[in-house]
Amino acid sequence: MIHKVLWVIQIKFWNSRFMASFSDIKNNSQNKTRLGVFKFLFEPFAFTGRLTILWIKSLGAAAIFLTLAALKIFQNKQLVKIVQQLYYIGAKSTLIILLVGLFTGMVLGLQSYYALVKFGAEGALGTLVALSLVRELGPVLTAIMITARAGSAITAEIGIQRISEQIDALDTMRIDPLKYLISPRIAASIISFPILTALFDLIGIVGGYVSVVIVLGVTSNTYFYRVQSSLELKDITDGFIKSIVFAVIVSTVCCFQGYFAHMRADSHGAKAVGLATTSAVVLSCVLILLSDYVVTSLLIQ
Amino acid sequence: MDKPLIEFQNVTKRFGTKTVLDQVNLKIYEGQVTTIIGLSGGGKSVLLKHIIGLLQPDEGTILFRNRPLRHGKGRHTSFAKGEISYMFQDNALFDSMNIFENVALPLLETTNLSNTEIKKRVLARLEQTELTEAKYKYPSELSGGMQKRAALARALITDPKIVLFDEPTSGQDPVRKNAILSMIAQYQRKFGFTAILVSHEIPDVYFISNRILALYNKRIVFEGTPEELEDFDHPFNDEVIQSLEGLQAELTGLASRRRFKVLYHAQMKRGQQGEIYSVALFTLDALESVINCLGYDIAQETVQHLGSFINKQFSPVGGFSTRFSANQFVTVLPYTDLAEAKDILKNFIADFTEYGIHNIVNGNGEKRPQDACAEFSILVGLAQGQPLMNIESVIDTAEKNQTEIGRVNCS
Repeated sequence: MIHKVLWVIQIKFWNSRFMASFSDIKNNSQNKTRLGVFKFLFEPFAFTGRLTILWIKSLGAAAIFLTLAALKIFQNKQLVKIVQQLYYIGAKSTLIILLVGLFTGMVLGLQSYYALVKFGAEGALGTLVALSLVRELGPVLTAIMITARAGSAITAEIGIQRISEQIDALDTMRIDPLKYLISPRIAASIISFPILTALFDLIGIVGGYVSVVIVLGVTSNTYFYRVQSSLELKDITDGFIKSIVFAVIVSTVCCFQGYFAHMRADSHGAKAVGLATTSAVVLSCVLILLSDYVVTSLLIQ
Repeated sequence: MDKPLIEFQNVTKRFGTKTVLDQVNLKIYEGQVTTIIGLSGGGKSVLLKHIIGLLQPDEGTILFRNRPLRHGKGRHTSFAKGEISYMFQDNALFDSMNIFENVALPLLETTNLSNTEIKKRVLARLEQTELTEAKYKYPSELSGGMQKRAALARALITDPKIVLFDEPTSGQDPVRKNAILSMIAQYQRKFGFTAILVSHEIPDVYFISNRILALYNKRIVFEGTPEELEDFDHPFNDEVIQSLEGLQAELTGLASRRRFKVLYHAQMKRGQQGEIYSVALFTLDALESVINCLGYDIAQETVQHLGSFINKQFSPVGGFSTRFSANQFVTVLPYTDLAEAKDILKNFIADFTEYGIHNIVNGNGEKRPQDACAEFSILVGLAQGQPLMNIESVIDTAEKNQTEIGRVNCS
């Protein structure tokens, strides 16, 4: 009971804090700035300044968007929707993750063998495959694959709901669109990204086994011994932390792009949804790689 | 008059540099059907969206039960939202949910009712809007009219106190337009909600509206009853209403109310020189029961068939007719005294019993449900107009003289 009351107070607080600035951003559609090549060539400083302001504005808007949606995850009637989204974002991505993971592991084994055999260090293959997968490739490739599969779908779906007034309709029915559409997707992403990453790591190691042991003839014992002895718990938790960071980034970017598809400066209607989907995927992938560096450097210290 | 439910005080809305609403003042009263008329793109939808809070005014205040809808720069206060439903111009149905889920969604998300209770309510609403067979279909699989009805069912599922209809009849054929309007009117009486419509269907909206607001040139230029609008002297009248009425007249063959008045006044002028005329009032009795048994579409078609039949019969003898209310038609027979009128009417009744009833009943044969059947009768009354009497009292006399001339029985 106290828990619930606390949540309500907290949500009320955040709502009042943010809603003023959030609605400013929402109603900002008429002050859209057009930024093109022409502007860049003839007014480079103004262009850079405007671009920076635009970026900072959207960053702030996305932060507010994420905060509000994240708080609404814990309101009631959310469980069913979260499970539904888990199915679309998580369960349905399993096959593609397995396939990509298997081949990533295989090619990793192959390439590492080619390099390591020059030093006569093919015994270290297991270490190399396992560490690269768990610490780096697993989280990053999983995030990119889910962006391509589910992220684009999220943006397109929400974008279409936006331009066909379905989000306004939710609003008039007193159904909070953030709570109804965005929160379950963010929650489902945060749950499914680490699980799919774990799956990717596992199948990647199996892939490495296929190429290293079965194809290249390194003994199976050496491979698995190296995998086991070189992996520490920290490697695995670091991988998970990364995947959770990516989950937050991907789901926020994709939902945000779809939710505000009607306010794009560059086009309207169906085209805006298309562009929103493109920029959601591109932006997600870029941000995954950028944040990957930042998070890794923080975790390694 | 009692306190207004919704009041706009000097509301101004701009999009960029374009002003859409300029110092709009209006009042909407509880329990009434208020219709906002005006040209396309004139800001009627914008006005409606201000009431539900999808848009906020740049200047001015909107009062809801005497409380402002928005305080300062803060968030739109949501106390009004629970009482208001909004029917979007292009329905805004959730296209990846079927009709049942669409209608059930507001209850599922905003109430704590059990699933069986929700199912019961949704099925009842779907039956009332004749969508029972389409409940597992998706919006894209339905016709435009059915989508409209689904949107209506969804708007009404929460038993709102106020329903806003943004052009509920757009994109429908004339029969269906009337069907939707009569459906709104009937639900309004049944559930007692306050209805606010945006519509172009002049004069059909007159029959269901208590109040008309005319939006012209970014301002409300008229507030009042449909009757008052008839005498409203303003460029709006010439520009908007007459053109819309003219179109309506072309479609149905009946004289528009305005044209009817013009004809009547011309008649009155001659009347002062000692001419006489007769008035016949036709009533389709028990329209409600026809609607209940056969549905809105067939009921409207029946009324329409009756209207065109009356027009066809009387225009050769110089009579002119108009639709007087939802189920009544008035015909004026110039230069005719009561005895002559009775003769003409006798011929009409003979023709009507021979062909008319047959036409009215079978004119829509293929759409009629096989087992459904409605009983209704058609009444007619005659009265002779004296030169100095006004037409309303003549029509009243005609109404008192009404007798039954035809009846459709279930056999």
